[in-house]
Order: sequence, then structure tokens, then C-alpha cells
Amino acid sequence: MKWIRIEARQEPDPLMRFGSPVLAVTLTVLAGLLVFAVLGKDPVEGFKVFFLNPLRDTYALSELFLKATPLMLCALGLAVGFQANVWNIGAEGQFIFGAIGATGVALYGGELGLANSPTLMLGLMMLAGAISGALYAAIPAWLRTHFHASEILVSLMLVYVANLFCSWLVFGPWMDPDGQNFPQTRSFDDAALLPTILEGTRLNLALPLALGLLLIGHVYLNHSYAGFKMRVAGGAEFAARYAGYSSRRMVWIGLLAGGATAGLAGMAEVAGPVGQLTDKIAAGYGFAAIIVAFVGRLNPFGIFLASVVMALFYIGGEQAQQYLSLPSAIAKVFQGLLLFFLLATDLFVNYRLRLGRSAHH
Amino acid sequence: MKQSRRTLLSALALTLTLPFASSAQAEEPVKAGFVYVSPIGDAGWTYQHDQGRLQMEKALAGKVTSRVVENVQEGPDAERVIREFATSGSKVVFATSFGYMNAMEKVSKQFPNVTFLHATGYKSGKNFGNYNARFYEGRYLTGVIAGKMSKSNILGYVGAFPIPEVLQGINAFAMGARSVNPKAEVRVIWVNSWYDPGKEREAAMTLIAQGADMVTHHTDSTATVQAAEEKGVYAFGYHSDMSKYGKKAHLTATTHQWGDFYTKTMQEVLAGTWKPTNPWGGIKDGMIKLAPLNPAIPKDVQTLVGDLEGKLKAGTFHPFTGPIVDQDGKEVVAKGKTLSDEELNKMSYYVQGVASKLPKK
Repeated sequence: MKWIRIEARQEPDPLMRFGSPVLAVTLTVLAGLLVFAVLGKDPVEGFKVFFLNPLRDTYALSELFLKATPLMLCALGLAVGFQANVWNIGAEGQFIFGAIGATGVALYGGELGLANSPTLMLGLMMLAGAISGALYAAIPAWLRTHFHASEILVSLMLVYVANLFCSWLVFGPWMDPDGQNFPQTRSFDDAALLPTILEGTRLNLALPLALGLLLIGHVYLNHSYAGFKMRVAGGAEFAARYAGYSSRRMVWIGLLAGGATAGLAGMAEVAGPVGQLTDKIAAGYGFAAIIVAFVGRLNPFGIFLASVVMALFYIGGEQAQQYLSLPSAIAKVFQGLLLFFLLATDLFVNYRLRLGRSAHH
Repeated sequence: MKQSRRTLLSALALTLTLPFASSAQAEEPVKAGFVYVSPIGDAGWTYQHDQGRLQMEKALAGKVTSRVVENVQEGPDAERVIREFATSGSKVVFATSFGYMNAMEKVSKQFPNVTFLHATGYKSGKNFGNYNARFYEGRYLTGVIAGKMSKSNILGYVGAFPIPEVLQGINAFAMGARSVNPKAEVRVIWVNSWYDPGKEREAAMTLIAQGADMVTHHTDSTATVQAAEEKGVYAFGYHSDMSKYGKKAHLTATTHQWGDFYTKTMQEVLAGTWKPTNPWGGIKDGMIKLAPLNPAIPKDVQTLVGDLEGKLKAGTFHPFTGPIVDQDGKEVVAKGKTLSDEELNKMSYYVQGVASKLPKK
């Protein structure tokens, strides 16, 4: 005699598929209010500080989108692979390599006379960033297609390698000669910095670039034969094989796309708000983007929204520290809540609750 | 009519009292903001700064209030947090990690009426100062204790990054030990992180396994002291008094004391007399103190250290007094001369007595 039963649906519920992230965000906010109350803060005040302060004016919004841009870029590329069950967990490392590639161009480009043509300089930096990220992602792709090495483990472990390589560069050959031995390169020339798109803010060209790529991603994933093949491979591996779709090809496309966009995000970071390469360049964007990709349903439009929500949690966490004297862990609590509620509400995509007594007893 | 005139009059009277009300508001406490690189926790670099902040708040109760944002990454996030403090009415912003330097410089130019103070950088401006402490003075004293008490003559040192500040500490420790025990040698393991308890512990364990019976660390956690306690050897804490993490092992610690400096700075800002003097204070200035000495330290050693401490306070002794010979046998400073502050800030070598080799670039 069960009063509540979980029953499999005949087909995934399309409404819940997109409703579950919305529900998860709502539940996160509600649980957040509870967290504020338990911590002895006024929940309404907490809500205002955490969720509304980061949206209060143009400058605050510019910061929100600045923080969301690298998440958007990384998550978009990851989504391409995730669609086909290619699990690239190493966007963080690909981000770092993108930053390194772009920094190489920025540091040596001046000597090649690029300092006077910002367009060429930035174009080359973007190219170098995307290619470096993609090449770094090619390692797990090659190992997977040739030796069946798990791309999850290989791409994850390569993050540590990327971190150490980056440290070596900024402590060694690329160290700023005037930086008192601190781990950083010299500051980039103006020609190697992305122009801001809003006077008085740090919001730069990377945002429209990311939005453009999201659009292209949308067309590719949802309206192209190649994207269809990726989805089939992800949804029904045997059907894909039967149809003659090459699974090797999927692995390559998935990882290279993830590497390229993560690399581009790395480029946008060194050429944007940071303005130099340091040993702390990645700041966890590559990992956070995994959550963003899933909350965004591997859908470019969803990724846009999810990256903004994620950025809101980061900045809201800072605000909660400044105005509510809460510890920094509060931002992590919200991220954790979101993921938790998403996993919980995702259950209802494929299952439904049945109330009342079981008919079979 | 009469009635309405009275209302008008009383309204007038009300407006007349308004200026008084606002002048009373001018007595409102001045706000200060603190940006920390790691969680406050209960020991370490950030903890000491926060202790200093609390001491300052207590000393200037009613005149100053302060707010904190902890765990702010050295990167684009720092600029937003610093700027937020400035826009929301903080008169002073303290940022306590090297990597905040460029962000502090940038924001300080946008807010000329706010005072910005940055720990351990090298840039400054009209409303932008830096401050630092001569940690090496405490290191020399602990080196003397280690040299006197070591049986194996092997001293272990867990380091974060080979930047001048850390090298000053290692070299001062080695020179202190060699001043009383020419057979003493210092072995260093770099963990390439400011805070990584796992790696710090592993490094300390390795040093102890190599025969070190005295260990210390220039990293943020208490792992080294705990490892020493476990293995029954002695340790010197850093940043904070870490005696509660090693009741037997902890001989003393080089502690950072920022409270007096924060109080003095806020008083100067309140009085309008603050200027960027960029202090680099030591034992003399109360910015560095040895934690209470463990009774396990023999009486004669305690006296010796007390004498040296007195000389440092009086300004009659400089730990980096020649002759100083580097590891390769090259004389760095001739007999009787001392290293200048500029030379100290460019330190990039080990002195004689350090057995390890510096990582090659």
C-alpha cells in the first residue's frame, strides 16, 4: 500500500524538460530564503542583497555579464560534446591553454609590428586562443579514439598539467621583469586588449562574440544534420552506429568544440579584465561551466540564461558578504542547492508522481 | 486660513531643524572595507589581518565600522569587490594580497576621495599606499632557536613560491641557525601553492623523513605544525600562533600583527593627515612578534633570543648583515654592510647554509 509512487513516463515530458531548471532555480531561491533566516538574517533583505543588488544599475549589469561571458563560452562548447555523450571535464585546462596561446601572441606580437594594428593583433590572439584550447582537447580525443582511454579522466587530469605549465611560464620565461618575481607576465599593450563596449565599464567585445557563437551553436545543434547526428549518438548509440554515423568523429567534434570555445574564453580573460597572464587565470570557469551546460539543458539559449544565473550567484555571494556579513561559502551553498534541485526535478522529466492508493494491490 | 498658516510655519520650523539633523549624521562612523584572498579561518595570513581589523574596530569603537569580503580571487573579481566598497561609502579599502595590486591602482584613480591600502605590493599613488612587514626578522630569531636545538642539524622548510619575500624568510632562517651552529643546513620543498594542506603535509613529512628535526613553513595552513606534532619533532609556526595545533611541537611562531597599523591608519584618515608612506615595519614597529616561547626551549636559548629581539627593537641589529655568501660561494654583501631594502626586494638566491637548489627558470 503506497500512497505516493514514482512511475516511469512513456516518453520524456517536454514541458518538464525545460520546466525543471526553472523549478530548480525557484526552489533554490526559496531554500536560499530559508538559509538566510536560519543564519539570523532578514530573508527579504537577504533576497534583495543577493539577487537584486547585482541587477541594480548598468554598471552592476555590466559586471554580471562580464562574469557570465566565460561561462557561456565554455558551456557552449561542452554542450556540443555532452549532446553526444562525450564527457569533456577539462574545459578548465583548455581555458588555460587558450589564455597561454593568446598571451604568446600578445607578448611577441609587438615585436612583429602588430602593436599598431589592434584588429590583426586581437584576431590572431583569438585564433591562437581557440586553436590552443582545441589542440589541448585533442589529446583526450586522440587517446579516446585510439586507445579507448576515458576522456573524462584524461581531460580532468590534463587540467593539473595545464595549471603547472602555466605556473612554469609565469614563474619562468614569461615572468614580468619588473614584477618583483611575482607570478605574472607583463601587462599587455593596448592593442592586445579587447575594446570595451560600454563606456565606464569592463564589459568588452567578448560578450557579443559569445552571443554570436551561441547563435551559431543553436543552428548547429538544433538545425543541422551534423547536430542531429550528435544528438542521435548521444541518445541511442546503437541507432547511430546502425545509421553509419562515425563515433570517432563525434568524439573529435565534441572535444575540439569544447576546447576551442574554452580556449577563446581564456583569450577573452587575458585580453579582457585581467590584461596579463597570471598563475590564477582560470578561476574555476571551466568547472562551473559543466553545471551551466546542464542547467541550460545543453541548449544555447538555456546556457545563456544559466550562465547569467550562475554569475548572479557569484556576485550575490560577494554582496552578501559585504552587506550581510555572511561568509564566502554562501555562494557555494547556492550553487550546490541549484545542482541538487536540478537533479531532483530532473527526475520528473522521465518519471511522474502518482498519488493515491496503488491500483494493483 | 489661520490653521493652514500654522502648518506652514511648523513645516518651516521643521526644515530649519533639518541641517542640525544632518550635522548629527556627519558623526556617523567612517566605513572601512577589507578584501581577503582566503577564508578567514582560525589561523594564517588572512586570519591575522582580520584580527588586526577587529583590534582596530575595538580601539576606534563608534568612529569606525568595517566590512569584509573573504576568499576573493586575485583576478577580475577583485576589481569589482574593491569598487563596490568604494561606491557604497567606504572611506578606506584595505586589500591584503599581492595580486590585487593592479585592480587597486585602477580603482584608486576612479575614486580620489577614498584611501586605498594594499598589502605587499610595490605600487602607490596619491590616495593609494602599500604596507608590508619584515617577516624575516622573526625568521632569523626562529633560525637561532632551530640551530641551537637541532640534533640532526637538518632544518626543514616548506615554501610556497620562490618570490623575494619567501626567500628572505628562508635565508634569514638559515643565517640565524648558522650564526649559532655552523653545521646546520636548511632543506626546502616548494609546494607551489599558498594554501594546500595536503601538499604541505606531504612536504613536511618528506623533510622529517630526510632527518629534519626542526620544520617550519611559508604557506597558509597549519599542516606543517601538525605533521611535526605527529612525528615528534619540533616546528615553528608562521603568520599565527599555531601552538594549539602542536602542543609539544610548536616552539614559537613568527606572527604578523596588523592591528596597530590599521588603527593608526584609520586615525590618520579620520584626522585627514594620511599620506602614502608605504611602511615596511618589523619587530621594532610591533608588526612582527614571536609567539610565546615553548618551555621546551632551554633557558640560555630563550635569553639569547630575547637579547637579539631587544637589539632588533633598538634598531642596532639587521639580520642581513654581511658577510653574506650565496650558495655558489659568491659574496653578496661585504662584511659590516647590510642589504638595502631594494636589494631585499630583489632577492633571488639562497645563502650558504641552504642545502636545496632553487628551481631553475
